[in-house]
Amino acid sequence: MVLFLNQLINGLGTGAIYALIALGYTMVYGIVKLINFAHGDIMMVGSYAAVVLMVNAGVPFPVALVASMLVCVAFGVAIERVAYKPLRDAPRICSLITAIGVSYLLQNSAQLLFSANPRPFPPVFSIPPLRIGGVSISFVTLLTVLVAALLMVGLNLFVMKSRTGKAMRAVSEDMGAAKLMGVNVNMTISTTFAIGCALAGIGAFLYCIAYPSVAPTMGAMPGLKAFIAAVLGGIGILPGAMLVGFIMGVAESLTKGFVSTQLSDAVVYGILIVVLLFKPSGLLGRAQREKV
Amino acid sequence: MAMLEVMGLNVYYGAIHALHDVSFQVEQGEIVTLIGANGAGKTSILHAISRLIPVKSGEIAFSGQPIQGADAHRLVGMGLAQVPEGRRIFSQMSVLENLEMGAFTRRDKGELQSDLEMVFGHFPRLKERVRQIAGTLSGGEQQMLATARALMAHPTLLMMDEPSMGLSPILVEEIFEIIRDINREGTTILLVEQNAHMALSVANRAYVLETGSIVMEGEAAALMDNDQVKNAYLGT
Repeated sequence: MVLFLNQLINGLGTGAIYALIALGYTMVYGIVKLINFAHGDIMMVGSYAAVVLMVNAGVPFPVALVASMLVCVAFGVAIERVAYKPLRDAPRICSLITAIGVSYLLQNSAQLLFSANPRPFPPVFSIPPLRIGGVSISFVTLLTVLVAALLMVGLNLFVMKSRTGKAMRAVSEDMGAAKLMGVNVNMTISTTFAIGCALAGIGAFLYCIAYPSVAPTMGAMPGLKAFIAAVLGGIGILPGAMLVGFIMGVAESLTKGFVSTQLSDAVVYGILIVVLLFKPSGLLGRAQREKV
Repeated sequence: MAMLEVMGLNVYYGAIHALHDVSFQVEQGEIVTLIGANGAGKTSILHAISRLIPVKSGEIAFSGQPIQGADAHRLVGMGLAQVPEGRRIFSQMSVLENLEMGAFTRRDKGELQSDLEMVFGHFPRLKERVRQIAGTLSGGEQQMLATARALMAHPTLLMMDEPSMGLSPILVEEIFEIIRDINREGTTILLVEQNAHMALSVANRAYVLETGSIVMEGEAAALMDNDQVKNAYLGT
């Protein structure tokens, strides 16, 4: 039981990070119908920014967090403008391939700049874990879950209630009609990338605190898992991405604890296959049906 | 000065020359209609004015200001709104949210409520369905919503693209009655229609479009009696 609870809590921690990154995937897909495969690498960029700021420049961690989020935002918005915007009217496969290209470009640039050797992420918190019975909850896990949940609620409110959020939903449904309403479509898309990348920046920080090692390809695995969470949740649907992110983290962690460490990824991908077999639009996704 | 002045408009889709030197104008307070068969270029004209498609050459002036270089999203604020072909409402948003999108560029949020009452006055059925998801409305209700949404922008010129499309004859009558009302309240209207009979019956003036060129123009009443128009568009 204690092992189960411990693994469950660890899983929620990992899941929260997947969920944060998945939000970026799903928001961007929702608005431009593009799987931004470079999203995981944005997280890597944020991690390097944090390491360089904290280790090389001696910046305190809250400042480094905000600064690395801003770096992520700058990269995300610039990538959209330079690489994706010119392809907005092109067949979707073009921007998809471009996204993969951008992903490799970021990874290899990081390797050129920082070498392939992982760099250690400095310890940020030295707060002892909370113990309840035999169950220990690390402060970082608690923080991660809390931050992710708050961001999710805030983001959902923003998208549903705010003027910009409504513009985002309008653009996601019909870009032309949104223009006719006076929505600045380019600005709205940039804002979406900016929010997604800021979340990836926070995700990067939390990920690095949990797994304190930064390397050029570090974004690939959490990026892929987050992508799966976004698809399984119903791509474009924010609560779906969040929910499945948590489910995947827990499934992975429980597999590690009770079945085998090597099989944890297999279980995650197994879930992907099974869910898509029975509900291709994702757990919270609805089949596209419209009255004409 | 005309409210809308289009001069020598040329539009291409790739190698296809879709609009040839189209020129027309709309005076303040008028209902002007562009009639023509499917594919004649009616929608292209509206899309060119709304800056949704690129213009090869020609000039478009709205209230005396050239707009062919303006960003699409700035036009609403200038007083130019469009009810697009096929309605293009935001089907996953509520009726109320669609109407709010119509008022997107307006900063005077205090007036939102009175504007809602104004459009509900024209379209009482929308008031009953204000929380409903727009995609679940019937075709006629969707057309009403699309029109109401455009009115929320307080346009001085309202461009309507095929408002009768896919509607039953009774609903068509109803929509055209509302178009008359809107015009009476001071909004100038540019109406694009395949239903030439209905369009000519509400309009002051009309232009006939054939394969991308304007081939005839005149008072709507006169065109309705024109033999050529009768044969080609009125089916009598």
